[in-house]
Amino acid sequence: MDLLVGQLFTGLSTGSILLLAALGLSLTFGQMGVINMAHGEFIMAGCYTAYVVQQIAGDAGVSLLIALPLGFAVGGAMGLVLEALLIRHLYHRPLDTLLVTFGVGLILQQVARDVFGAPAVNVSVPPALRGGVDLLGVTVPKTRLFIMGLAIVAVTAVALVLRFTPAGRRIRAVVGNRDLAETAGISSRAVDAGTFFIGSGLAGVAGVALTLIGSTSPTTGQSYLVDAFLVVVAGGLGRIKGAVVAAVALGATQAVFETYSTASLAKVGVFIVIVVFLQLRPQGLFTLRTRSLA
Amino acid sequence: MPQRSTITRLARATGAAAAACALLATAACGSRAGEETQAAESCVDTSGDTVKVGALNSLSGTMAISETTVRDAIYLAVDEINAAGGVLDKKIEIVAEDGASEPTVFAEKAEKLIREDCVAAVFGGWTSASRKAMLPVFEDNDSLLYYPVQYEGLEASENIFYTGATTNQQIIPALDYLAETGVKSLYLVGSDYVFPRTANAIINAYAEAHGIEVLGEDYVTLGSTEFSTIVNQVKSAGADAVFNTLNGDSNVAFFREYANVGLTAEQMPVMSVSIAEEEVGGIGVENIEGQLAAWNYYQTVESPANAAFVAAFKAEYGADRVTSDPMEAAYTSVHLWAATAEKAGSFAVADIQGAADGVSFDAPEGTVVIDGANHHVTKTARIGEISADGLLHTVWESEGAIEPDPFLDGYDWAADLTVSK
Amino acid sequence: MNRFFASRPGTWAGFAAAAAVLFGLAPLVLSGFRLGLLAQFLCYAIVAVGIGLAWGRGGMLTLGQGVFFGMGAYLMAMHLKMADAAFRNGPGAVPDFMELAGIRELPAYWAPFASPVFTIAAILLLPTGFAVLLGLAVFKRRVKGAYFAILSQALAGAFAILLIGQQSLGGFNGLSRFRYFFGYNLDDPVNQQMLYYIAAGVLLAAVAIALQLRRSRYGELLLAVRDAEARVRFLGYDAANIKTVAYATAALFASVAGAVFVPIVGIISPASIGIVPSIMFLLGVAIGGRATLLGPVLGALAVYWAQTTLSEQFPSGWVYAQGLLFVLVIALLPGGIASITALAKRIPTKRAPAEAAA
Repeated sequence: MDLLVGQLFTGLSTGSILLLAALGLSLTFGQMGVINMAHGEFIMAGCYTAYVVQQIAGDAGVSLLIALPLGFAVGGAMGLVLEALLIRHLYHRPLDTLLVTFGVGLILQQVARDVFGAPAVNVSVPPALRGGVDLLGVTVPKTRLFIMGLAIVAVTAVALVLRFTPAGRRIRAVVGNRDLAETAGISSRAVDAGTFFIGSGLAGVAGVALTLIGSTSPTTGQSYLVDAFLVVVAGGLGRIKGAVVAAVALGATQAVFETYSTASLAKVGVFIVIVVFLQLRPQGLFTLRTRSLA
Repeated sequence: MPQRSTITRLARATGAAAAACALLATAACGSRAGEETQAAESCVDTSGDTVKVGALNSLSGTMAISETTVRDAIYLAVDEINAAGGVLDKKIEIVAEDGASEPTVFAEKAEKLIREDCVAAVFGGWTSASRKAMLPVFEDNDSLLYYPVQYEGLEASENIFYTGATTNQQIIPALDYLAETGVKSLYLVGSDYVFPRTANAIINAYAEAHGIEVLGEDYVTLGSTEFSTIVNQVKSAGADAVFNTLNGDSNVAFFREYANVGLTAEQMPVMSVSIAEEEVGGIGVENIEGQLAAWNYYQTVESPANAAFVAAFKAEYGADRVTSDPMEAAYTSVHLWAATAEKAGSFAVADIQGAADGVSFDAPEGTVVIDGANHHVTKTARIGEISADGLLHTVWESEGAIEPDPFLDGYDWAADLTVSK
Repeated sequence: MNRFFASRPGTWAGFAAAAAVLFGLAPLVLSGFRLGLLAQFLCYAIVAVGIGLAWGRGGMLTLGQGVFFGMGAYLMAMHLKMADAAFRNGPGAVPDFMELAGIRELPAYWAPFASPVFTIAAILLLPTGFAVLLGLAVFKRRVKGAYFAILSQALAGAFAILLIGQQSLGGFNGLSRFRYFFGYNLDDPVNQQMLYYIAAGVLLAAVAIALQLRRSRYGELLLAVRDAEARVRFLGYDAANIKTVAYATAALFASVAGAVFVPIVGIISPASIGIVPSIMFLLGVAIGGRATLLGPVLGALAVYWAQTTLSEQFPSGWVYAQGLLFVLVIALLPGGIASITALAKRIPTKRAPAEAAA
């Protein structure tokens, strides 16, 4: 029983970490087909935002509250710059953006190394989030509960924005059919920039949150990136619902594999599950019905 | 252009190519297995008033986290030696290369340093993979590598000097210490690569011989931050202590998770062999205070040599920097090379190898002596406890320096671990 | 580029010139060390030829060529280790690294690699067969574009992690310390030069095969699939089969490249085949010009050469230069360096073929 609850929780918790890392990607990848390899470095920027805020503000709790919105702003701003300088000019060559953003990622890593030094830095966890609470017989770390909560808030916020705001409606229109949306008078360029801002901002938020459990170093973002892409692919392009289900399913798969074999094999197992799964549903969990041929 | 069948065309192309290859293969060939190969002539030039050495560390990639600190220590040692007049009246000139955290790059740059830059010796390397990749390069070109990190043992090359600890200077003393303090059961957690696996093989053999129970053995991929499953398993296993061979970033996630589920150093101490002063800062001292580590050097070691080393390092790189075991071993390795060259009166590889036995240096960790038989050095083992100031303080120390024994020949219970040299 | 090879004499002249440079000029002007480096880069160039075919001509962004490169490399490395152990301790002896890892018995799957013939057959067939299976599975389901890219990338990541966990394949350290290559001493400079010739020969062969494929009916079909897959299907062709052939050919090239790479570099480890090395393979192709025949080769050579030179000149800042290089060339020259010639010829260019490819 304990084991089962433990697994369930681990799956949810891993899933919510994946979700936080993947949510922004899901937006940008979904809308523009842009594979942003620098997304990991935006997460890393969020981590360092948390670090810098803590160095200035001192108190870990206060600085976390400041760092969350600030991380969003930092990540978003970096995204805007990247979009305006590079990605905007590459919309018709989505696979080239992958390579270009890979180069950008390399540069950003080196920037972090030169600014903050190569060794990892420590971001303290607020006292209120240290330790765990007992739930149904297992000890659940508070940091992970916090991240789960944050993931829920982030998903809800994105869903509400997409659903009820005019900007959200425009984003959905462009995702659905870019040409038709343009014909209807929507500036897809502005929408793209906006989407990229939100998506990158979410990476920054994820980075701030991930300092609670992981390390902060120039290569931090790399470790989350591939898993995040898998979530997006398994979930279906541009579908928040898909990303949520896929993240939790992947988290649970990994937790189960990890208990019965090794953590290394768990990663391989997850990959096999995804390949098999894509055999059944080549376009991911939730597909957007379009009338385009492919 | 007339279309011929694809198959015919391909067959022609491959046929022609295969013929060309076969022709080549029968052309002039060098020596065959069993025949002697003439080793490449060394191009080291010591006629001027400088001598070149290589510093090969990862300045980019995942290992830059650790290896940049080693580079700093190498530069410090070289500066010191140059300030004191150099080696054999020659100033040392460093040729720096970036290993980029990739074994193949280490091999490539090592070869470049030896064959293009003609360095007298190379200092650097960190991961076992990088050392294994460089070993054939140094042997084939008959050059010298000074490797400054504790490692898994079971190796001794004529062309490498190992100035970090081998297993009987770090892991076995750590186990001795745990056994002394009454630990009867262990849980092993490590990253999935060679050092943790070899270390755990030794730990298992030791445990069997000394009546200690190993309750679990888990490996995570390098860089993994997902520890909830493992920490829960550790908790429910209820071992007396945890032996931690995790590398780098993973320690942060592990120790935070460990503290979060309510495990403490009093309850279930963690003995780590890859966490030094530099790593404590990244993990956050509040997550790791009171836990144990096994090394040969801490910044807090009290000796005149260490006081001078720490002061010089802080003066050079900033008061907020700390010194750690691999840095000290790298610093020591440069001095050992210089001392050997002075003793030999030459920079030639054969002369250095011949003169190395018994060369000693008054290192920050205490006096170290090169063992000419296996090219390792004597080292004092120290168990340290991590304290609130972020430094490690010695709580146990071996009686004098321990002779290096990379193949564990002196330990009966380890007989099964090594087959042959 | 293609036009250059359109006529037979031109083609032969091109090959003769390339052969003259590779076999005649390079060994004369380069030191032994630089020639060894060039041999290593030629291996990467062989991979690039395959990627040029699958991606440039077939539109499949194969982000996971490290898998096939690694397969070929590990297969060859296994043979070299077996031969090495046999030479030192008699046939069927356990390779040295296994002794250190505490493996006393030779694992059953290692035994056949004592045979050179079996090894070479495995290098040619195993990765290719795997690519065919994977290609059919994926392309039949019409997984493509970014989906395929991410999947192949994840495959490379998973493959590297899988290898790290295999102690009987050297784990994280991989396999290294090879002394003999089919009976020849590897530390002999003459034999090292021989390896360079082999790499150069394989590269020329790969280019020749790619050229023939491009000129054939199949090449036309592949191009058609890239630009309008649906139309090709409507014409009654099975697009999945067409793509699978290109994918498998690319896998074959990568595998052979890996097999040649191992004796040249002297080590193969999971670090050389994971996600980042796989992207590096691709970058050379993109920078050189993915849709051309020789662009990928020259691009790959240029990228690795630049990387080596930059890191030697600026050990601590070269990553900036490297990153900038990728960004600028790919953003500003969609057709790669090869398109410069096209640009020079007629300023108002048509849409570069690469744009449609992406």
